Amino acid sequence: MPINNDDVEKIAHLARLGISPDRLETYTKNLSGILELVEQMNEVDTSGVAPMAHPRDTKLRLRDDVVSEHNERDKFIKLAPASENGLFLVPKVLD
Amino acid sequence: MHKKSLQKLALGLANKDFSTIELTQYFLDRIEAHQDINAFITVDREGSLQQAAAADKLLSAGEAQPLTGIPLAHKDIFCTDGLRTSCGSKMLDNFIAPYDATLIRKFRQTGSIILGKTNMDEFAMGSSNETSYYGRVLNPWNKERVPGGSSGGSAAAVAAHLAPAATGTDTGGSIRQPASFCGLTGLKPSYGRVSRYGMIAFASSLDQAGPMAHSAADAAILLQTMSGFDERDSTSVDIAVPDFSEDLENNLEGLKIGMPVEFFNDDLDPGIASIIMNALREYEVLGAKLVDISLPNSHLSVPCYYVLAPAEASSNLSRFDGARYGYRTAEYDDLLDMYKKTRAEGFGDEVKRRIMIGAYALSAGYYDAYYLKAQKIRRLISDDFTRAFEKCDVIASPTAPETAFRFGDKSDDPVAMYLNDIYTISVNLAGLPGISIPAGLDKNNLPVGLQLIGQYFDEAGLLNVAHRYQQVTDWHTLSPL
Amino acid sequence: MEWETVIGLEIHAQLKTKSKIFSGAATAYGAEPNTQACAVDLALPGVLPVMNRDAARMAVKFGLAIGAKINQTSIFDRKNYFYPDLPKGYQISQLQLPIVGEGSITINVNGEKKTIGITRAHLEEDAGKSLHEDFHGMTGIDLNRAGTPLIEIVSEPDMRSATEAVAYLKSIHSLVRYLDICDGNMQEGSFRCDANVSIRPRSQEEYGTRTELKNINSFRFVEKAIEFEVERQIDILESGGRVVQETRLYDSDKNETRSMRSKEEANDYRYFPDPDLPQMVLEDWFIDAIRAELPELPGARRERFISDYELSDYDAETLTTSKELADYYEQAVAILPSQPKLIANWVNGELSAGLNRNAIRITESPVTATMLGQLLTRIDDNTISGKIAKEVFEAIWRGEGNADEIIEKCSLKQISDNSTIEPVIDEILSNNPNQIEQYKAGNGKLLGFFVGQVMKATQGKANPKQVNELLRKKLDT
Repeated sequence: MPINNDDVEKIAHLARLGISPDRLETYTKNLSGILELVEQMNEVDTSGVAPMAHPRDTKLRLRDDVVSEHNERDKFIKLAPASENGLFLVPKVLD
Repeated sequence: MHKKSLQKLALGLANKDFSTIELTQYFLDRIEAHQDINAFITVDREGSLQQAAAADKLLSAGEAQPLTGIPLAHKDIFCTDGLRTSCGSKMLDNFIAPYDATLIRKFRQTGSIILGKTNMDEFAMGSSNETSYYGRVLNPWNKERVPGGSSGGSAAAVAAHLAPAATGTDTGGSIRQPASFCGLTGLKPSYGRVSRYGMIAFASSLDQAGPMAHSAADAAILLQTMSGFDERDSTSVDIAVPDFSEDLENNLEGLKIGMPVEFFNDDLDPGIASIIMNALREYEVLGAKLVDISLPNSHLSVPCYYVLAPAEASSNLSRFDGARYGYRTAEYDDLLDMYKKTRAEGFGDEVKRRIMIGAYALSAGYYDAYYLKAQKIRRLISDDFTRAFEKCDVIASPTAPETAFRFGDKSDDPVAMYLNDIYTISVNLAGLPGISIPAGLDKNNLPVGLQLIGQYFDEAGLLNVAHRYQQVTDWHTLSPL
Repeated sequence: MEWETVIGLEIHAQLKTKSKIFSGAATAYGAEPNTQACAVDLALPGVLPVMNRDAARMAVKFGLAIGAKINQTSIFDRKNYFYPDLPKGYQISQLQLPIVGEGSITINVNGEKKTIGITRAHLEEDAGKSLHEDFHGMTGIDLNRAGTPLIEIVSEPDMRSATEAVAYLKSIHSLVRYLDICDGNMQEGSFRCDANVSIRPRSQEEYGTRTELKNINSFRFVEKAIEFEVERQIDILESGGRVVQETRLYDSDKNETRSMRSKEEANDYRYFPDPDLPQMVLEDWFIDAIRAELPELPGARRERFISDYELSDYDAETLTTSKELADYYEQAVAILPSQPKLIANWVNGELSAGLNRNAIRITESPVTATMLGQLLTRIDDNTISGKIAKEVFEAIWRGEGNADEIIEKCSLKQISDNSTIEPVIDEILSNNPNQIEQYKAGNGKLLGFFVGQVMKATQGKANPKQVNELLRKKLDT
């Protein structure tokens, strides 16, 4: 298999996904299956091919430096799981 | 009433055969009566009737636009101001969007009615609508089968006549495959044709919104409203929007339809093959010529897609962290624990799988082998199309390798599920427009879709080709109910 | 063992745009929390970035000023990590192809010139702020700053001492303000610096293991933090230990650096091109237009001050630290072109002391360049002495008028008339016979005593040069 349980735990941590121990094996199996599928790409020699990040090689449009948004804090802060004094509250951030 | 085309509905409203309120109530009642299909996540009874009252005023004032007073259903991936926008996920179950997606704003401006928000695979990740937090959607043609996905709720709603037409989004086939499974006309426009602003991102370089309707003529009307440059979307393309209804009747004499030799081979299900071939023969009768073309790298489209789409998704879905909106786990020890539990509980399995595949493909040491390799393959696939279009005007193929499958058939096997999109995915990778139209019923009485792929920004051409077929066939008029 | 210090700096300069780099929200400092954080800044589902043209323009301006290659095609990448002040879970930055490529800047340390290489400068968005006051044991997040445009300026590891590092930092600070692309306010965080510090035996070619120092928000702290860190590394290596590659936080209260373990967990940022932003292509005309409006840069101006005004390296360096100061100086010189050195002394002396004392900027000085020029003209034409000029300067500062008005009003005009000075001298000499005797016996220092007495008697108004001459004449004959 292309990846093992340790790899999956590492990726899950990187992606901030809690994985319960009893599901780990299933994820490893599934993800390995997907990686085997995608490894079919190796059949083709792509040396010299320019990577394609966008479906068409368009150019970025630049916007005028104008303040176009107004204060909508009251509307947005209502969505927050926890807030106080206009601030979003999260568990203590430690430096 | 519920089988009328958009044009007929508009005419009925104009002639005062029925009011917008009556029409809206009629569809609300049908939605109520067919709750078992589970096509909707949120039905906005109150809001839609208010909008209907406003539309009736516009109609009486003679200020109607083509969609004024027409009730529509929108995939629950588009942000709707003041209305829950869940994206099929527990993560956003409590999320009342504070703004309208550009597409929704445009539909509101025409005076169309928002009946509600349709069910979908969670974050548009799925081909069967089985990954929705809000449960599976039944295929109106056979309630033991999937409607396809990820725009399965929109497909089922239109197929069951719970809405005259609907919007969907398509990242790897999510409009075309459910359209095929439910006997509808579904169009994925060229990348950049329809604004992505306010459409919750799955894979930003592949996502595109489009119409799902009974006919090409109806789809053309919806696309007209959806299309156009948006300064809020840097990938939106600033080119003129043609009148999509104007060229529907154009003659197909001399049209060259390309048949990819890689798709029309022994792997193709014989039942589907014969239906597709019948459809192509119909086109020959209409004056088109069939030519063999080759898309030599098409077999790599699924592997390529399942690197690129998850990679983009893994990053796009990082914002769902329980800090500013959406779900937050009830109990946690610290910040890291809050993140992990929130995302573990808020996302379903398929979403987690794709986030992990994507994170892996981008991680140190694997980037070149997976992500960069996939970007190069994407170029090869795109170049294949450029070469093919030197020989033909449109490319034809089945939309899906099979018809609607049974619930649970593939839900334990992600790879089998992914392979359902083999004919549609390359179109997203290249950013081309593609349409699926009903072309017949298989031996189980399930719809089969024909996919037509067009050149960049030639949606009008595709709609013309689809419409001419629908003038000489009646597959698109068949109804399960 | 003799150790050599190797330092490279990463400077983050906030660009002075009105709106954010990818949204239309305002960038003004000091607003109420989250009142300048729009849907895009909050990373609401479905929102998309649109690039600010002026941010690109300012970055190009910087690139041209350091003689760098401008990458006319550059790419925005996503840097992925989870942190509450980073709403999208990724920062839009530039990794593979930054807008500004390799360039350099010349610094001046103790009269020696040194060229410091700049590896690159790229555009990126700033993060929000975590407020750690106690919200029932939680942290408050303010996203007003999220999305403010930054250029990150990455130097080569070309600096060999804390002094050089500070000189480089000051040069960049002065440059971005000359270019009017950053307000340079270090307290408000619009100009920030991280330092990569390592040491190696003086003869060794390869670099030692480096640490990254964060949170150094003043020139003085940069110097202190680096000095502390160098000592710490020397102690480790000399006692047989190993320097660990890590991020360290400078604590200015304790003057020490300490490990930031929380940031140490495997940083795998999974950079990839942002699919929401196609490649940025800048046309020739765009860059040429920016080149055409480049102001005279601090380095060139410093050289010109040295050659045109015959100033010392030190004076020229100090006067060109900011464009406003250099402009002030040159306005004063325009009034009194014959005395550039005198003017430099006053600007660097009385004037800066006054500004520092009152904590105001040069643009807010109550003594304008014209006023200073007029005042110094009166020294030059012997109307007043330097000492009196200081009093007049104070009076101008207090708003009592211009130099001539104050000199007139307070009768401060210098006495340069021998017929007025001589009687005063004669009286003092006649009152101090003992001192005359001692002077004549060889105590030459007493000349100063007599000068002092005369100046005192004339309230400092007598021309000191004349007083000296007259006294000598009378005492030495």
